[in-house]
Amino acid sequence: MLHRRELLAGVAWLALSGAAAHAGLISGRLPWEPNAGHPPDPVRPGRWIYFTGQEGAAVEALADRIIPPDPGTPGGKDSGCAVYLDRQLAGPYGRDEGLYMRAPFMKGIKQQGPQSQSVIAKTYGSGLAALDKYCQSNHAGKRFAELTDNDKDEVLKGLESEKIKLEGADGKKFFTQVIKDVQAGFFADPIYGGNRDMVSWKMIGFPGARYNYLDWIDRHNERFPLPPVSLAGRIDWTPKR
Amino acid sequence: MARILPKKDVVIVGLGWTGCIVANELTDEGLDVIAIERGPWRDAPTDFPTTYAQDELRYHIRHELFLRPDQTTFTFRNKTSQTALPIRTWGAFMPPNGVGGGGVHWNAETWRFLPSDFVLKTHLTQRYGAAFLPEDMTIQDWGVTYEDLEPHYDAFEYLCGTCGTAGNVKGKIMEGGNPFEGARSRPYPNPAQKQGFAHALWGKAARELGYKSFPQPSGNMSRAYTNPLGVRMGPCTYCGFCEWFGCANYSKASPQTTILPVLVRKSNFSVRDNSEVTKINTDRAGKHATGVTFVDASGTEWEQPADLVILAAYSMFNVQLLLLSKIGQPYDPAANTGVIGRNFTHQCMSSVNGFFDKSKFNFNPFISSGAIGMTIDEFNGDNFDHGPHGFVGGGYLTHAQTNGRPITTTTVPPDTPKWGAAWKKAVADNYLSTVTGAGVHGSFYSYRDIYLDLDPTYKDRFGRPLMRMTIDFHDNELKAAAYLTDKLDEIVKAMGAKQTQKKPRKGPYDITTYQTTHLNGGAVMGTDRKTSALNRYLQSWDVPNLFVMGAGAFPQNAGYNPTGTVAALAYWSAKAIREQYLKKPGPLVDA
Amino acid sequence: MRKYATRSVGIAAGASLLLFAASASASEQDFTQVEKGRYLATAADCVACHTVPNGGRSFAGGRPIETPFGDITSANITPDKDTGIGAWTDAQFENAVRKGIRPDGSRLYPAMPFTAYTKMSHDDVVAIRAYLKTLPAVHNPVVRDTLPFPLNIRAGMRAWDALYFTPGEFKPDPNKSAEWNRGAFLVEGPGHCGACHTPKSFLGGDKNSEYLQGSQLQGWVTPNITNDNVAGLGAWSVDDIATYLRTGHNRITAATGPMAEEVENSSSKMTDGDVKAMATYLKSLPGESNNPQPLKSDDPAMKAGQAIFRDQCSACHSIDGKGVAKLFPSLADASMLRSRDPRSAIRLVLRGARSVATDAEPTAPGMPSFSHQLNDDQIAAVLTYARNAWGRPAAAVTASDVSEARRELRARTD
Repeated sequence: MLHRRELLAGVAWLALSGAAAHAGLISGRLPWEPNAGHPPDPVRPGRWIYFTGQEGAAVEALADRIIPPDPGTPGGKDSGCAVYLDRQLAGPYGRDEGLYMRAPFMKGIKQQGPQSQSVIAKTYGSGLAALDKYCQSNHAGKRFAELTDNDKDEVLKGLESEKIKLEGADGKKFFTQVIKDVQAGFFADPIYGGNRDMVSWKMIGFPGARYNYLDWIDRHNERFPLPPVSLAGRIDWTPKR
Repeated sequence: MARILPKKDVVIVGLGWTGCIVANELTDEGLDVIAIERGPWRDAPTDFPTTYAQDELRYHIRHELFLRPDQTTFTFRNKTSQTALPIRTWGAFMPPNGVGGGGVHWNAETWRFLPSDFVLKTHLTQRYGAAFLPEDMTIQDWGVTYEDLEPHYDAFEYLCGTCGTAGNVKGKIMEGGNPFEGARSRPYPNPAQKQGFAHALWGKAARELGYKSFPQPSGNMSRAYTNPLGVRMGPCTYCGFCEWFGCANYSKASPQTTILPVLVRKSNFSVRDNSEVTKINTDRAGKHATGVTFVDASGTEWEQPADLVILAAYSMFNVQLLLLSKIGQPYDPAANTGVIGRNFTHQCMSSVNGFFDKSKFNFNPFISSGAIGMTIDEFNGDNFDHGPHGFVGGGYLTHAQTNGRPITTTTVPPDTPKWGAAWKKAVADNYLSTVTGAGVHGSFYSYRDIYLDLDPTYKDRFGRPLMRMTIDFHDNELKAAAYLTDKLDEIVKAMGAKQTQKKPRKGPYDITTYQTTHLNGGAVMGTDRKTSALNRYLQSWDVPNLFVMGAGAFPQNAGYNPTGTVAALAYWSAKAIREQYLKKPGPLVDA
Repeated sequence: MRKYATRSVGIAAGASLLLFAASASASEQDFTQVEKGRYLATAADCVACHTVPNGGRSFAGGRPIETPFGDITSANITPDKDTGIGAWTDAQFENAVRKGIRPDGSRLYPAMPFTAYTKMSHDDVVAIRAYLKTLPAVHNPVVRDTLPFPLNIRAGMRAWDALYFTPGEFKPDPNKSAEWNRGAFLVEGPGHCGACHTPKSFLGGDKNSEYLQGSQLQGWVTPNITNDNVAGLGAWSVDDIATYLRTGHNRITAATGPMAEEVENSSSKMTDGDVKAMATYLKSLPGESNNPQPLKSDDPAMKAGQAIFRDQCSACHSIDGKGVAKLFPSLADASMLRSRDPRSAIRLVLRGARSVATDAEPTAPGMPSFSHQLNDDQIAAVLTYARNAWGRPAAAVTASDVSEARRELRARTD
């Protein structure tokens, strides 16, 4: 509408609410704007974004041995740990974002922590390839995902004890990293792709993203009865008509 | 070429606890104050709301609220003979970033140091003789006493609404409090927080063993509270997402919930966020600060002139700025000369896990706050006779478990496999019936070979040298850790644990395991210019219009969380600025 | 001798006053008159509309005022001779403020609430003029004619005035207390509360039969501020209302949005006696009582709402819905939440809010935005629950109420 354009051109249009203009200098009042914040974007299940098909299969198999399925609780694969890891590696975590990645890269003592370039992506890339290569060489051409559960466990125990060495990757370091990531995915909020339906939280009795326990702090040695809730809510949040 | 801004009376580098305390004091004095903060503005409804603050992965594992090593980091080595390498990802400590600093995501454990802590060198020498102390231990007296700081501890506690049970009011020992604490002029402003089952049980077990257990002083509110500035907080709801996280419901004391609403309304105060101070500027003689240079988010360089410069950027960054700005003589460990970087310390942390019969014990670990817990102080400082033990120092023992967040708190008995069906079952069986991380919060005294300086190789994003940490554990601290962990173990057993797992701190110092962010020293306060960077008012000996806040002033670290003492020193220094310095700018203490 | 403290008593309207006033003019030299004018200008909140927010020069105009008909730009009322009102006579000023007529004879739109300001006396308005004369003159030419055709024909206002404007000074009710009369004067006159809180006809005139029962403004629904027990101030004491006006916060709720601006600029700067008087007056206005039956707790929306409330909202608003006094509103006691038109409540949930900071209550706590976390069905459920769980029930909120609100709010920047 003409008048509005004239208006906007002629006069500095500022929010009628009187929120402080915040462009690096804050004074006078606490800043505020509507719809503020950086809420997380829940992971959507679907095709692999980071892994190849073979890598994905290997990670699912790893997840199911690290956290095997049982009648009470799904295993790592069905609870979504591989999906979690795929999305994590596709994001800032996989790119080592925020880490100090300037040269020179030198080998240090254990206390000095990780010192190599592209820490995470390289660990997974080389590790998964080396794992499958080892299995194919030692198990009649079968990749890790194709082995029996017992054989898988034997391979993993071998990596852990360093009795099995991988070619082109540090097997123990790789497996340690996978355990860490798969277990994190198992226990993280379901919005990240793992812990589907909050299965791990139900398993242990963790009520999730609740915030008010004022009516429970004094109730010592009693089982907390409310179901877990995720940052995306729970099924009871939607009216059942 | 830096663009020059209009002059201000005061420029404050960093806007965390000390930045806010000093800004509030000096604006009350009528001065025109600007704060420059490297990180972003932060506030509960916009940055840690109830809709997503409770995200363990995002905030505890991926460290979203903290400084990114990419932005700046340190290099580390254990010994001078080694080559320091960069800390590429944080582990041992988590440097803060943003308005509010560590005050946004701290536990809110709010302690006072002991009277003897401030005169440690004198006290220990008198009691045990100089020969009792290791030859390379460089502990010092502070130049202030507990009595000097008492009113300022009180001011901070009433600012924060600290919740606790007083143990010593004006010399009278009070039941239920800490009998070892220095005398306080009045009780805490709020009663202690409520305890969870495990915390209460630990407190009871400690009592039955003859110790005087008391609730940990907490900056998480036990009830709604309006502080002396008129700022209001709500009651803590024991959500279990406290430390590492921002508080979504205004119940954790932070600069945001105690000072900023009032400070920001003052016409003589402003803050620039997302702007990093790169240098303190001085005159040609190097004896007078003229202001600071900073770089904003778009990379533009500016100069902010001011009559008074306050460094409030966190202990380590304060020291780094002094080194980079060539203020004060850098410490040389070989020659034992110089002061900037000297007496660097951390905290010596140990713990005990306890495993209980799940059919009899349900601890609901997820119902907790960051500063909940029962504590005993019998083994802190010099509260016990060290003669038979061959070490000095100590720490408080506590069960202060703050959460049951599952990625990090699925403790299983030792020797449980790290993966597989047995692991899975052990996690499920133990989650609700485990005491995880009952703790020893041990002192860390200072030594000749633990120090800070500038790294010769690695640079930050501006091309400036990173600061280098040379740090390892000495026998003194490790002996103390072993002894105290054994004592703690006894208490956990007395709770009724069927199995305990002792985890005393062992060397070498490791940059990958978290050990609190209580890094101290490097710009210590004292009475002798040869061994301190600051006088007793936190004024630089070298540049009288420069005051340096923070735990960098600690000549050694005591067995307590530092924030209470950091804040008390800030109030003490601000008072000296208001009542003495402004009337007659210049050195407040004859060199 | 004029008695400024007890204005409401014994002021005879009419000719005698005009005669007397003809000789009294606004003098910026007269401290007493200027002080009176400053206070009345504060009560009338001139500065809010006549100043561009965030850096505009005070009273220099140029602020776009949102109306259902388009935006109207406020005038420069500093003493500048060319672009302000410096050249106006007192009579011209009074005609504008009390009658809506400009010096050139053209009409003001009722965005300038002359329909309320008419209740101030000649002396009142002359005092305001005296105060305005003391302000720094700001050269700020303002484009005044910003409405679209045919609304930009100001002559149309003559007809509107005939329909909706009743000129005349406030007449105190001799059967009521001095305090009540003072409150009535302030609310009906300078406070111009009806400008926002009285519903409007399609032509923008007050629906007097629904006086102060709530209206719409700038994407908000303004609440009912009569003594209605459900949607009005029925659960508020006089003290609650006075504290709210004076500090922006009370045990029940906090001011946000346009009301935050009102508290900050106007009522927080008024005397304790005056805000109490306004509260007394408001409490005397009868409410309606056609409340719906409360929804049963097994209603699907109630069950879902209860789950959402327990899991999320209780973090601040407490498990029993009573919040924390002076920090988080008590939903159990709140009135705006129970407005017939739920769009303000929906807006708060969707966009979050910042409550007002005043010297007495500087905390200014904020509410987060839930638009990302909750869908329309869920927001409808939790609001329905909050409106029904703790007494004084109000009608359910529907998912389409929420989706419509989302659509309307998308374009707003405030």
